[in-house]
Amino acid sequence: MYAQLVETGVKRIKSLDEMSAEERNFQEKIDAEIKIEAKNWMPEAYRQTLIRQISQHAHSEIVGMLPEGNWVTRAPSLKRKLQLMAKIQDEAGHGLYLYSAMETLGADRDQEIDKLHSGKAKYSSIFNYPTLSWADMGAVGWLVDGAAIVNQVVLQRTSYGPYSRAMIRICKEESFHQRQGYEMLLTMMRHGTQAQKDMVQDSIDRLWWPALMMFGPSDDNSPNSAQSMAWKIKRQSNDELRQRFVDQTIPQLELLGCTVPDPDLKWNESRGHYDFGEIRWDEFYEVLKGNGPCNQERVATRRKAIEDGAWVREAAVAYARKQQNKNAA
Amino acid sequence: MNTQEDLIQYLLLLGDTALVQGQRLCQWCGRAPAIEEELALMNVGLDLVGQARNWLEYAAELLNDGRDADDLAFRRDEREYRNLLLVEQPNGDFAVTMTKQFLYDAWHYQVLEGLCTSSDTRIAGIAAKSLKEVTYHLRRSGEWVQRLGDGTEESRRRMLEAIPQVWRFTVEMLSGSDGETRLARTGFAADPARVAAGWSQQVATVFASVELPVPAAANYFYLSGRRGLHTEHLGLLLAEMQYLPRAYPDATW
Amino acid sequence: MSVWTLYEVFVRSKHGLNHKHVGSVHAADSAMAIENARELYTRRSEGVSLWVVPSALITASSPDEKDPLFAPADDKVYRHASFYELPEEVGHM
Repeated sequence: MYAQLVETGVKRIKSLDEMSAEERNFQEKIDAEIKIEAKNWMPEAYRQTLIRQISQHAHSEIVGMLPEGNWVTRAPSLKRKLQLMAKIQDEAGHGLYLYSAMETLGADRDQEIDKLHSGKAKYSSIFNYPTLSWADMGAVGWLVDGAAIVNQVVLQRTSYGPYSRAMIRICKEESFHQRQGYEMLLTMMRHGTQAQKDMVQDSIDRLWWPALMMFGPSDDNSPNSAQSMAWKIKRQSNDELRQRFVDQTIPQLELLGCTVPDPDLKWNESRGHYDFGEIRWDEFYEVLKGNGPCNQERVATRRKAIEDGAWVREAAVAYARKQQNKNAA
Repeated sequence: MNTQEDLIQYLLLLGDTALVQGQRLCQWCGRAPAIEEELALMNVGLDLVGQARNWLEYAAELLNDGRDADDLAFRRDEREYRNLLLVEQPNGDFAVTMTKQFLYDAWHYQVLEGLCTSSDTRIAGIAAKSLKEVTYHLRRSGEWVQRLGDGTEESRRRMLEAIPQVWRFTVEMLSGSDGETRLARTGFAADPARVAAGWSQQVATVFASVELPVPAAANYFYLSGRRGLHTEHLGLLLAEMQYLPRAYPDATW
Repeated sequence: MSVWTLYEVFVRSKHGLNHKHVGSVHAADSAMAIENARELYTRRSEGVSLWVVPSALITASSPDEKDPLFAPADDKVYRHASFYELPEEVGHM
């Protein structure tokens, strides 16, 4: 999940009786699965929660370009280079779709990006792990985009119209990302050398747990989930989504001929699901707090890009103004 | 030299130049001055790497020595690369990047326009498809030259610094090799003299629109991309780009 | 920070269809807005034509006025062909 921990600022969910007429009308719409649109009345906490969630999601797409950018200059064939470039371009595009949805709520994109650059805004913890081999480009596509898709497919039904529509568009485009990543790994495992196979296994060993962390804290430790679910911003719980991801991924893993670094992983016949080990939550919260392996580098790179580009953006505005004056004269 | 060898050299010039420029654009990833510009730069890069693949595939077929387009891209040393010197220059700031892009696009456009009527139908086909992409590249980079040239004081100062930094390499846009001239005579290649004239005019028009001075025609003669005599920058660029196929020669990606 | 303008983007997906709103882009001027919209919304051949308009120039109806604006149309059934019953002999009309 690209937005792992979104504050709602709500301690307790109001019952319909406790709500004002406007609030009740709003909640009834949500309950009836009627999409909320930009100009509709909405509780301020709903608006703020959405701004936080959509901006986290957008920041994740943008920061997510960096670990791939680390390898795009070293792609091993022209075909792989083209695929990766197209994928990175999509990440930037998806960031922009999401910022665009966020702006319909009255938020300012530049201000929200400032929060990212000052370390106040979060983004998915997964992008704070380094990409250390070419196999990571495959594993990121397969596991990271795979985890994102599990979450995003559900978010297509989120209650806020512009967010839901952005998700529909993103899901449509992103279906190629996961397939591309998996196909890349499959090629290495089936046709590659031993060194390449080792590279793939090493990549899965490093990225498996961080991928599971993408779904956020366990349901017991997710105090904001109840309100988000009541508002139908969120449609399924973190643990449900994480379980779905594990269930659909393990058969693919076996087809690759690889393993995951979890001795507790096994099929549970009575549950009809895979059991898996406990996530290292201390690591999750540390990375989220900014103390992961690459947090500093990622934020610094994005901040520098936008700061170094200030003169370019200003020049474009100055030029546009001059042209307008010329045309008016 | 016979036509076949001239043709191979020419395809390498087109393919290598597009590829090296594409590689330079990849280096902007995550570092562009606006998120919109991330998409735009990567899009141009994507077009160019795609074009490079088309040219190198054809070159590999003509070479017919068991190498494919990837072998040509990833297993040739810098002395065997035939790209224009301009595109291998470091990105510098956005003014340098856009100046390089514009000077290249203007040349690229003229070449492809000439190639659309090449007597080699394969070349004509690739050129026609590429010309659509490059028409857009040229429009975009030309607009950026104008924006930066007549934007703020700072952007103009940066443009005035950027142009002389790379201008000397434009000498390669003003003349072709003997092989190109031979190919042009038989209708295979774009006529170097016409390319030079079209390029000069295009550059002059855009520069004049924002009162950027056009430097005197470059007369740099030390190195030549067409002969595989490159600046020191290309070696490092290739070292990065070719790392995996070189480090794992038996691998399948 | 940047002071680029927010533009709303409309794409015509095929000849013969209307332009449809798809989202927004930031740009310094309308030429750039067209280009940014092209990169963002037509990467997979989604369009044959683009419109961009500064978001600030759009006037939208208010949801508060939904009833006075749109409800009165609901009971005007005689505006629809299905309201008129004709004998079968008339055939398709």
